[in-house]
Amino acid sequence: MPYVAFTRHLQRFFPALTDGEVPGATVREVIDALERRHPGFASYIVDETGRLRRHVNIFVGDEPIGDRERLSDAVAPDAKVYILQALSGG
Amino acid sequence: MSDQLLLGTKKGLLILDRTGGRWRARPIAHAGLSISFAAKDPRDGTVWAAMDHPHWGPKLARSRDGGGSWENLTQLAYPKGARFIEQHLPTPDTDPDPTKAPTKYKDAALLKVWVLAFGGRDQAGTIYAGTLPGGLFTSRDGGDTWELNRPLWNHESRGGDLFAGDATSRNQWGGTPAAIAYGEFVPGIHSILIDPRDPNRMHVGVSCAGVVETRDGGRTWAGCNRGMLNDYLPNPEAEWGHDPHCVTQCPGAPDHLWQQNHSGVFYSVDGAGRWTRVSRNDVSVHFGFPIAADDTDGRTAWVVPAKGDSERTAIGGGLFVARTTDGGARWDTFREGLPQQDAYDIVYRHGLDARGGRVCFGSTTGNVYVSEDRGETWRCVGNHFPPIHSVRFA
Repeated sequence: MPYVAFTRHLQRFFPALTDGEVPGATVREVIDALERRHPGFASYIVDETGRLRRHVNIFVGDEPIGDRERLSDAVAPDAKVYILQALSGG
Repeated sequence: MSDQLLLGTKKGLLILDRTGGRWRARPIAHAGLSISFAAKDPRDGTVWAAMDHPHWGPKLARSRDGGGSWENLTQLAYPKGARFIEQHLPTPDTDPDPTKAPTKYKDAALLKVWVLAFGGRDQAGTIYAGTLPGGLFTSRDGGDTWELNRPLWNHESRGGDLFAGDATSRNQWGGTPAAIAYGEFVPGIHSILIDPRDPNRMHVGVSCAGVVETRDGGRTWAGCNRGMLNDYLPNPEAEWGHDPHCVTQCPGAPDHLWQQNHSGVFYSVDGAGRWTRVSRNDVSVHFGFPIAADDTDGRTAWVVPAKGDSERTAIGGGLFVARTTDGGARWDTFREGLPQQDAYDIVYRHGLDARGGRVCFGSTTGNVYVSEDRGETWRCVGNHFPPIHSVRFA
């Protein structure tokens, strides 16, 4: 099962969120599974059209995902997925 | 009078209490998060904060214990199929040849909750939210669920029902530069006025379109921009394309509406049936963002003028508030207690409020001032707050 690691900033909104295994064969399925575990979580990562938010990045292994619109990138069973925020602003 | 102030700031929500004649700030709530607007529901005391988070998206937060604890809400979202006609900032680099560009449609996603308004006294749980990209949302259950007002979203002045298909009319709602930071050039709803006599009658202020009105609780809408002048359009009296920065209403005399517009201050005595420009450039009352109306006297309003429209700072380095008590025929300016040298403050559209003779404003320089005598003299409440987005008496 894929292993998902989160920016710690998300724990502010989801204190129970911890790095760990999450089922899913695509990034979309991983996000959907996280939404089931933590209701409301998906809206922090994607907007209501399903697009990845502008200042959020998801990596599968060492590569940023290619499909920011539908999150169709494949996730292998042994992959590591990183959900990150781009630090910006002042 | 109110002894509590809510400040929506770039770095969180500040609640200030007036005790022993002094305003004191509590520890900041939502520290580090930008709050675009905050207000207290006068019907049940719920405190609302609109979070404008650049990473995680706009969210609402509510507190049912006066700001002690908070619940983050994620339900306010555009429904599937909500579309808008794409526009670009009218500059050669972003929109090189608009006459040749084909109409493009985009799926709407919430970019910002710009304002919240609470329904009538007898409409417990009814709350309205105005957003970028130009949506009016209604909750009937205290914020648990929200619904897009489709008659306004599908209005013929915006191209008609884009849920059903392609545009059937020309879009006449312009984008607001306030949206550009969010990556879109879209309109925004920043003012929602509910008539205290009849909550089915509402006025909504839109940048950049103008004022729209419903008399049937949001089922039908009509523009009400007669008398408006738009100095930067070829036809200044065009029906649409106006840029109200802030629209407000006298609660005790609801036919009296006020508007600080990009093109001056406008006043209506007939429920926005007709507007009259009442700004007076000789006393520098013209450009600015916020406007506040008196609780009971429809002829009285306050503005914080700014040097416009390309500089957007205090005029001549000195901050002042202007007040009219006769419907804009005369404006008096008040400077006592406000900095008169090296001041570059600008006050955003929700950064001024008046209640029961007290007036308060906060600037993007982080300065907050309160007047206890209807705006004539001022006392500084703090100089080092984060940039202020909204000021509301609780």
